[in-house]
Amino acid sequence: MKAFDYARAASLSDAVGAPACLIAGGTNLLDLMKLEVETPSALMDITRIGLNEITAEGDGLRIGALVTNAACAADPQVRQGWPLLSRAILAGASPQLRNKATTAGNLCQRTRCSYFMDNRSACNKRRPGSGCAALGGINRNHAILGTSDACIATYPGDMAVALAALDAQVKIEGPGGSRRIPLREFHRLPGDDPSRDNVLQPGEVITSVLLPAPVEGRQIYRKVRDRASYAFALVSVAAVLRIEDGTIVQAQLAFGSIAHKPWTDPRVDTLLVGERPSKALFDKAADLLLEGAQGQGGNDFKIPLARRTLAAVLAEATAE
Amino acid sequence: MAQTPAARIAVNGVSHDYKGDPRRSLLDFLRRDFGLTGTKKGCDHGQCGACTVMVNGRRINSCLTLAVMHDGDEVTTIEGLGMPDSLSALQKAFVSHDGFQCGYCTPGQICSAAAMIEEIREGWPSFVSVDVAGHARLDDEEIRERMSGNLCRCGAYANILAAIKEVMESGATS
Ligand SMILES: Cc1cc2nc3c(=O)[nH]c(=O)nc-3n(C[C@H](O)[C@H](O)[C@H](O)COP(=O)(O)OP(=O)(O)OC[C@H]3O[C@@H](n4cnc5c(N)ncnc54)[C@H](O)[C@@H]3O)c2cc1C
Ligand code: SF4
Ligand code: FES
Ligand code: FES
Repeated sequence: MKAFDYARAASLSDAVGAPACLIAGGTNLLDLMKLEVETPSALMDITRIGLNEITAEGDGLRIGALVTNAACAADPQVRQGWPLLSRAILAGASPQLRNKATTAGNLCQRTRCSYFMDNRSACNKRRPGSGCAALGGINRNHAILGTSDACIATYPGDMAVALAALDAQVKIEGPGGSRRIPLREFHRLPGDDPSRDNVLQPGEVITSVLLPAPVEGRQIYRKVRDRASYAFALVSVAAVLRIEDGTIVQAQLAFGSIAHKPWTDPRVDTLLVGERPSKALFDKAADLLLEGAQGQGGNDFKIPLARRTLAAVLAEATAE
Repeated sequence: MAQTPAARIAVNGVSHDYKGDPRRSLLDFLRRDFGLTGTKKGCDHGQCGACTVMVNGRRINSCLTLAVMHDGDEVTTIEGLGMPDSLSALQKAFVSHDGFQCGYCTPGQICSAAAMIEEIREGWPSFVSVDVAGHARLDDEEIRERMSGNLCRCGAYANILAAIKEVMESGATS
């Protein structure tokens, strides 16, 4: 690990605009610093600045940026109103990691592309302009939607997929003031600049995540992975679905580990609303979702896997 | 280089002022500065659980956190749970159930299990809980999921599960 200056922020104002890399739980950043994939010259420890509470806000909930993943998943209000969020968090990492991992750190976790994590490989995300070793390489866990010629990596997390389905917002404090953006617009597609995972600007700090009022109906998180626990998703589906008199009246879906961001497609949600559940309808939804999907060799299986996982989730969500 | 702020860390009740290199992980701090070699380094990347200790009663991977970040924290290691002449209930149960072979993962398994028992007491759900808003069952599937952050290369899982169940069912302090 490269040497760095370490400072402890006493309050949010110490952290906003600081010319340093923020460290929260450290479970992603330190992992990458050991590999010298990340080499910050200064670290700002933000674990003592508060922002570690979950509070009601209107009919919704405000989750502080420093709330641990474990505390969020175990929170009685979250479990009652937004069980999808608890379930998605509990699907990720391990109990030990979730005790350190924070809400904001989880959103900002970097890809698990093995070439990104290996300094000797070409990688446009780590070293812009060096190429992409995953194109034509080992790309089993890579993206099938929204890729570019520069990068085919995925956003690997679970929590953010649930937050996308729940249509949460991210609150950000920057040197120029605060802003609030939909979670669905927080992560970006790689395009020709894969070095940027999300829309955070230098000096900005995430302060909280805001959940809108709970949606009546079923909330489901399904994660498909190589082993039953302690493994990243190959494909995941988060669904919020409400049915009245046998007709779908609300549908909010999000998909994990198939793109550089939690993937949402409003066309799929719209297609489902007003319809009665049927196998034919689920097939149509999958056709629309995967219309532009492209395999890279090693991850071709993700296309049928996403189709089947979506069908299984819709069947479960609409079962009598 | 800027001055690194000191960190006062209590390990098994003994206080220590850490002023060293900010790069040192809590794991290396415990093993090198304190000489407490019970806590093991398996992967050093959060992937195995061998380095599990408790910080303020919660289990964490000591390899993925910096010592300097633990100012004011209380750390409990396997040595703090029990020593050969004062084994804890979990330590005794691991012995009587053959809950290990090489023993490398065992300190992490036991620290993890002790903290897990407390999480269950507080009503925390797990991924396999049928209803995350409800009460957890205490069956094998739940315990396996909740212990999935601790790998055992020797595959002693069946006996680890038996040891933990015995302690949970007896209601003894872990
Ligand atoms: C073995 C292993 C398995 C895992 N499995 C899963 C899994 O299955 N599913 C899953 O979702 N995740 C998984 N993870 C990833 C884990 O969830 C993340 O490491 C964790 O959520 C990161 O949170 P942190 O607080 O530790 O972040 P840190 O490591 O502290 O920070 C990560 C990034 O976020 C930035 N950051 C932190 N806080 C803020 C803030 N307030 N504002 C702006 N930027 C900020 C940091 O600067 C850094 O760039 C796994 C990790 C490991 C090591
Ligand atoms: S897929 Fe993206 S992260 Fe992986 S090697 Fe290519 S550019 Fe780097
Ligand atoms: S040594 Fe810390 S998890 Fe493996
Ligand atoms: S007993 Fe050998 S690794 Fe678990």
